[in-house]
Parts: sequence; C-alpha cells; structure tokens
Amino acid sequence: MNPSLLILELAVVGLALALLLIDLWTPRQFKHRLGYVAAAGLLVILAASFAAPVAGGLPVVGCDGMFVQDGLALFFKRIFLAAAFFVVLMAVEFRDRFTAGIGEFYVIVLLALAGMMLAASANDFVMVYVALEMMAVSFYVLVSFQRSRPDSLEAGVKYLILSGVSAAVLIFGIALVFGAAGGTNFAALGAAGPRLARNPLFLLGALLVLLGLAFKIASIPMQMWAPDVYQGAPTPVTAFLAIGSKAAGFVLVLRVLFVAAPALSVHWAALLAWGAALTILYGNLCAIPQRSLKRLLGYSSIANAGYMLLGVAALNAPGSAAVLYYLAGYAFTLAAAFVVICLVARESDDIAVLAGLNRRSPLLALSLTLAMVSLAGVPPLAGFLGKLLLLKAVLQQAAFNGAYLWLALVAVAGVVISLYYYFGVIRAVYWPRETPDHSPIPVSWPMRFSLGLCIAGMFYLGIFPDPVLTAATQAVRALKF
Amino acid sequence: MSPLTLIFGLPLVAALLLALVPRNYRFAIRALALLASLISMLVALYIFITFYHAAAAEGFRYVERYAWAKGLGISYHVGADGLNLGLILMGAVVLFAAVCVSWRINTREKEYYILLLLMGGGILGAFASLDLFFFYFFHELALVPAFLLIGIWGHGEDKNYAAYQITLYLSAGALLVLLGLLALYLQLPPPERTFDIVELTRYFKAHPLHSGAEHWIFPLLLFGFGILVSLWPFHTWAPLGYASAPTGAAMIHAGVLKKFGLYGLIRVALPLMPDEAQHWAYVLSVLCLGNIVYCGFVAMRQRDLNLLLGNSSVAHVGFAFLGIASLSLIGLTGTVVIMVAHGFLAALNFALSGYLRDELKTLDMSQMGGLLRQLPFIGTVMIMAMLAGCGLPGFANFFGEMLVLFGNWNRSGAITTLALWGALVIAGVYMLRAIRAIWHGQKDWPGISDAANLWRKLPFALLLAALIVFGCFPRLLTDEIKTSLAPVAQLVEPEAPATLALSDIKGYHP
Repeated sequence: MNPSLLILELAVVGLALALLLIDLWTPRQFKHRLGYVAAAGLLVILAASFAAPVAGGLPVVGCDGMFVQDGLALFFKRIFLAAAFFVVLMAVEFRDRFTAGIGEFYVIVLLALAGMMLAASANDFVMVYVALEMMAVSFYVLVSFQRSRPDSLEAGVKYLILSGVSAAVLIFGIALVFGAAGGTNFAALGAAGPRLARNPLFLLGALLVLLGLAFKIASIPMQMWAPDVYQGAPTPVTAFLAIGSKAAGFVLVLRVLFVAAPALSVHWAALLAWGAALTILYGNLCAIPQRSLKRLLGYSSIANAGYMLLGVAALNAPGSAAVLYYLAGYAFTLAAAFVVICLVARESDDIAVLAGLNRRSPLLALSLTLAMVSLAGVPPLAGFLGKLLLLKAVLQQAAFNGAYLWLALVAVAGVVISLYYYFGVIRAVYWPRETPDHSPIPVSWPMRFSLGLCIAGMFYLGIFPDPVLTAATQAVRALKF
Repeated sequence: MSPLTLIFGLPLVAALLLALVPRNYRFAIRALALLASLISMLVALYIFITFYHAAAAEGFRYVERYAWAKGLGISYHVGADGLNLGLILMGAVVLFAAVCVSWRINTREKEYYILLLLMGGGILGAFASLDLFFFYFFHELALVPAFLLIGIWGHGEDKNYAAYQITLYLSAGALLVLLGLLALYLQLPPPERTFDIVELTRYFKAHPLHSGAEHWIFPLLLFGFGILVSLWPFHTWAPLGYASAPTGAAMIHAGVLKKFGLYGLIRVALPLMPDEAQHWAYVLSVLCLGNIVYCGFVAMRQRDLNLLLGNSSVAHVGFAFLGIASLSLIGLTGTVVIMVAHGFLAALNFALSGYLRDELKTLDMSQMGGLLRQLPFIGTVMIMAMLAGCGLPGFANFFGEMLVLFGNWNRSGAITTLALWGALVIAGVYMLRAIRAIWHGQKDWPGISDAANLWRKLPFALLLAALIVFGCFPRLLTDEIKTSLAPVAQLVEPEAPATLALSDIKGYHP
C-alpha cells in the first residue's frame, strides 16, 4: 500500500478523527463551531487536491490494483469536497434542530465523504462495495439524525431497508461477475471484455451491479426512495444525498460501463436510453403536484439523474464529459437551493413558506430564483450549458442511430415540463401580495459566503464553459468507448 | 469595442447596476434605466446613419470578434448587415419607449426595471450576435423576465395562466431550435466545429447538406422558430400573453422578441438548408394563411382591445411568414421590412392600449366610446396606428406587405389573393370597427387626461415617427436589406435573376 496515493482520503478521515477528539473537550455551547473547523479543513484538502504531488503524474494505480488515482477520480473528489464544505456550513445553521450529537454529525458527514472519495477511485468491485457501504452506513445515521422527529426516523428506516436491498442486489451482481470472470478488477475485466460479453452469467451480474448503482443515482427502476428520504432527512443531509451520493453513483456507473465492461456498453445502449427517457419523464411528471420543497427537489433529482443518464447513454466521450460538467453545475445549484431551504423552511417545508421571501431576505430570494432557473436549464446559468452539452452528445450519436433523436426530443419535453414546477417555486416567492410572515430572515456570514460561491459557480459554469469542460474532457480519457 | 456591444451591453450593465441601487431611490432607478436605454437608442441610431460608410468585412460591419470557448467553437462575434440593422434600431427605440411609458409602475420598481432591461438588452444581443450560441443565449435571457413581468405586474384574471403559457410555449419552441442548431453544428467535421454563423454559412455553401439529417433539422428549426413567432396553429400563447403583460413588457415582447424567430429563419435556416426550404415553402405558406385569415377573424370577434391587438399582431406576422415562404428576394425583403415596421407598430399599439387601460381601468370596447374629445393626442396617434395596421400607404407596414404580396404572386396566386383579402378586408373591418367603438360617440369620461406634456408624448411620437419615416422613405431600409439578402435569395432560388429585385417598383417611393 502506498499511503501517498490515499493522501486525500486519509486527510478526510484524519480530520474526522481529530474532530471526534476535539469534540470531547468542547463545551456544549461551542460544539457547532466544529463545523467551521471541518469546513476550513475541507477547504485545505480541496486546495491540496490541486497541488502537484496529488494532481501530477496521473493516473496511478495502487493497493493491488484496487485503487486508481486518475483525472476522473480527482474531478469527482473535488465535487465531493465542495459539496461536503457546503453541507457542514449548512449543518451549523441547522444545529438548533438537532437534539444531540452536533459534533458527531460533522464526523459522520466526513466519513460519508471518505466513502464517496474511495468510490471515485474504485478500480475493483470489492472496493466499490466497501466504498458504497461506508457511504450508506454513514447516511443511515445522518438521515435519521433528528431523532425527535417522526419524519426523519421514517425516512431513516426507508433508506435503511431500500438501501439494504439495493446493496444486496449489488453484492449478488458482484458475486456473479466474480463467478463468471474469476476476478473483480476493472482493468482485468475490461481486457477480457469481448470473451465475457457473451457469458450470460456475466451479463446478469453486470446488470444487477447497474441496478444497485441505479439506487445511488435515483434513476428508474430504483428511484422510489428519493422523494420520501429527501423530504424526511435533515436538510443538510438531503443536500449531501442529492449532490454527493448521486455523483458517487455516477462515477461508478461510468467506471463500470466504460472501464470494466466496455464491450458490454454498446449492447446496452437501448437499455440506457430507455432508462434515461423513463427517468426524465417520471421525475418531471411526478414533481408537478408536489407542495413540499424537499420532496419536489427529490423528484427533480430523479429527473436530473435522467438527464445525466443521457450522457451515459450517448456512449461517447463528449457524453461522459457532459455528465461531469453537469454534475459540477448541479452541485452549485443544489447547494444554493438547499441553503435557502435550510434557512427558510424551519417549521414546514411547504412551498407557501416562500411567500414574500424577496422582502424578508432579497439574497435568499435571488439565490433560490437563480437555482431554479439553473435547474430549469435557462441561460446564463450552469444548468443551461450542462443540458446543452448533454443534448449535443446525444445528437452526435443520432448520426449513427436515429433513435437518439427521439431520446433528445424526450429530454426536451422533460425540460419543458420541468419549467412548470421550477417556475412554480419562483412564483411562490414573488407572487403573493399578502404574506403571513414579514420578519426578516437573518443570514449569517458563512451562509452569505456559501451563497455567493454558489451563485458565482452557477454563472461561471453557465458563461465560461472552457476551463471546466477541458478538465472534464481530460478526466474522461480514463474511460474507453 | 464595436458600438453593437454598447447597444445591448448598456441595458444589461444598467440592469446589474440597478441591483445595487437601494429600492427607495425611485427617481434614480428610473433615471438610470432611461439613461441606459436612451444612450443605447442613440448608438443604434448612430450606426444606422453611418452604416453605409463603415468598413465592411464579408458583408458585415461594426464587427467585433474573439474566441470565447475554443473547445466548443464558440466565439463572441457581433456584426450588422442589412438584415439585422433595422431590427437593432427598432429594438433599441422600442426599449427606450417601453422604459418611457413605464412611469406608472409604482410597485417594486427596481425589479421591474431590472427585468425590463434584461429582456430588452438580451434580445438586442441576440440580433447583434453572429454566433449561434450567443444568438440563442441572449434570446433565452428574456424567458424568466417575461414570466416574472407578467406574473407580478400583469393584468387580468388570467395572468397566471398567461405567464405559464407564454413560458412553456416559448421554451418548447426555443428547445426545438436548440436541437436544430446543435444538429447543424454537429454536421461539421470535429476539428472545424463552430457556432459562428458566417463560417457555418461558408461551410454549408461549399458542402451542401445532403446527409439526410437536413430532413429533420429543417422542420425542427421551422417549427421551433415558428412557435416563437406564433405561427398558426402554435399562436395561442400570444394574444393572451400580450394582453396580460404590463405595458412595457408587452411592447418589447410583441415588438421585438417576436421577430427573433423570423430573423432566425432568414439568418440560419434558409441559407444553411436552401433545398429543404424549397420543400417546406408550400406548407409554410398554407400555415401562414391560418395566421392571416383565421387570426384575422378571431381578432374581429374580440371585445377586449388588447386581445384584438394581440390577435392582429399574430395576423400580421403571417405576412412575414408569407414573405419567407415566397423564397424570393422581393418577398424576403418585404419580410424584413414588415419585421421592422411591425415592431414599431405593435409596440405603439400596446403602449396606447396600456395608456387607455391606466386611464379607463378597462379595455372592454363595448364600454368605451367618445374618447377622442378628451384624449385628442392619444386618439390621433391610435387612429393612425390602426390605419397603419390595416395597411394604409404612407406607413412602413404597407410597403412591407406590398413587397411580400408581389414576391409571392409567381409562387401561388391563390394564396396571395387570400392573403391580400385578409390584409385589406379583414384587417380593415376590425381596425375600423375598433376606431368607431373607442373614439367616436357621445360618451363622457370624467377624470381622464390626455398625455400631458412632451415627456409623456415622446414615446408615442417616436414610434409613430419611425413608422412614417420608413413608410415614406422605405429605401432607408430596403437598400441595405436587398444587398444582404441577395446571397440568401440566390441560394434558395438559384434560377431567379437577382436583379429583378426592387427595380421594378422603384417608382413607388417619392
């Protein structure tokens, strides 16, 4: 084992252990400040991920081929670190709604983060399972962290059961793959691809693995949990699930399809395309009647998983690069939306609590509006360019297979439908003339800083595509198409 | 920096600056918005006047260009030719007029002016852009402002419905266009891929598109742009949307934004896929009869002035489509003249009806009457605008419609006849009936006042003056339009002699 290879993960785990220790000597009323320590630590680790010893000389494979540090892994690790940064800052604001364990909350967030980062570097099915379980077990605790609220407990139980089922499916798939191929290493499986692609046992195994991953990204047919759990979980946890857990699922989908089984992905184009189309339509149509903001974002996150599957289904490098670009924009967009929900929806997260938000706090109203506009894919924000890149990748494939044109049309139909409910949120902010509550909402400096970052990120990714797109294009060189 | 950047950049920058002004500085907010749109209009006037003398490169003047995103082939590229010169001037004048007439807005002024300037600046940017990415990007900037403007400051029972309808329709159209544009972009081999319209035109001229993809790309663009311009039967969003929007937003939307789709068809769809244009011309000419005749009849039945104007505006764009369907230089020139003329006219109409609504608190024509005595200025301007709307010579609309009908005669006499009938008879009926219902009669209206001072009269006078100037001196527009459209017409109809053009009807103008 080469410790320098795992330096980022070790740093995150080290930070978590340090926090656990500091927590012992911190008086109760100061415990929330551990969140600032965690955020500062995450910023340092994020900065270190750009440093030459980590980012130079890629790709590197280590730990008996289980772990790979390449451009793709680093791109995702940065998304995870940024997401966790926003999540711990949000959790500081959320502290009065936890009955106990404020210090531990940050620690568990960091452990889930470590799981995600390991998933980004997984180069072996065993590693995939270990990383995902590390993430999932942390989330079991996090989702039900508001122990006094039945909603939170209900969400925790649902997540526990459904995640357990999906993990069982995943491990069964891994067992079949192992049985068929005699190994679990991605590189070895990829090399043996053409031979394995005709082995029904291997096909079934790979399919089950994909189903297990579909749970993480919340796509059809494993999307059922998302709205319930998003609604019940504490808002910072919902944000982490929506950004981090989904991104971890996508990096594994990309690695499994385009590193471990590249010979297979061609035959599964139709499966992926149908999955994308149905997920888009399901998420968008179900979001229309929602009144709960977090539930609405739960369905929206299903729809967004569908959009990103478009890039996977395109089976080309621009498509995968578009997924990465989209996820980067999605992280900033959702972080902004959840910060606002965290601060505004204190008692209930019914959409009516937004009434008059522009008078109570113009910054929050602006942030939420921009987040919704970005999710709806309207220029000049990140969501627009992400969708443009995804559609471009799909149309590129349409030159070879006319069915992709229909896929693009379904995506467009989904975007039009989504405008209805995203703009419904905007409407809930600005329309009502009489508002039940006029009290200004105080926004702390860390939250202002987070929102400023998110807004800057949304605009930057929406107007200046070149730097991040170049990074994403380089990152997907690790994949074979 | 090209003056074009200034024209659309000023309103956009002013919108950002307004965000920093405290909301109780109401005078400063309005003054800043007025100033930005005034300077933008003056710069537009400046390039319109000096256009002929500016240095030209590949047919475009005032060009500014640099790479934006090399990886995707996006460049910041603005430039003006005969096709967008008039549109930019029209857009800038309408934006200024729209800011002028917005003095009655007294709730949340700050947000109102920010959104209005975003919408106006965005669409001016779309007209100035010669890069498909920014062409689309700037047009979409108007989507959210339109939704909020109608929803917050709109009028009527149905404003909520109207806000959603206009947003969903327009984004559906825009996304179809986006698919079409992306597909065109992907037709180029990877290293040469670019969104630059000039380079795309050059490429497709050298390598005409015969991959089979053009069979679906052209309809995507045709119907995508068509929805944005309220092509029948996708027009239902327009009358209600305009009727519900606050005056300034209705002016910009009906006057300027609506021309985007037509502009896109002439700028992108025709020159890049001339053969497909031939195939679809007949379909288009039948559909636009739906606009001219059907929506004309619908307009006749309206009792609400705004709905009448909205339907008549849908009917008028039918002529612009007819000019495109004619695929001849005369017809296309007529289309561009109509785009400019209708922009001024629609803005003027909605400004006037907005004034009436604010004074009378109703736009039900059956309750109006006898207003000319008390509103002599507004009444005179509106009667002139309505006469312009039924195609009276002396107004720019007449000239454009005439060119379209001339250009279309050789293609289909029957369609031309029906369109002519729609233009003269149907439009005449509803416009004259509206004039009678609103302005004539004996009714007394206590407590209403005419546009009091020069400042209040300015926006109306400005728009009317533009209609009359271009109506009496159409060559101000047509000379440049003809030069820029000749290559397009050559592509879509290679057999037709390009010299036929306007020389035959030159005797018309004074």
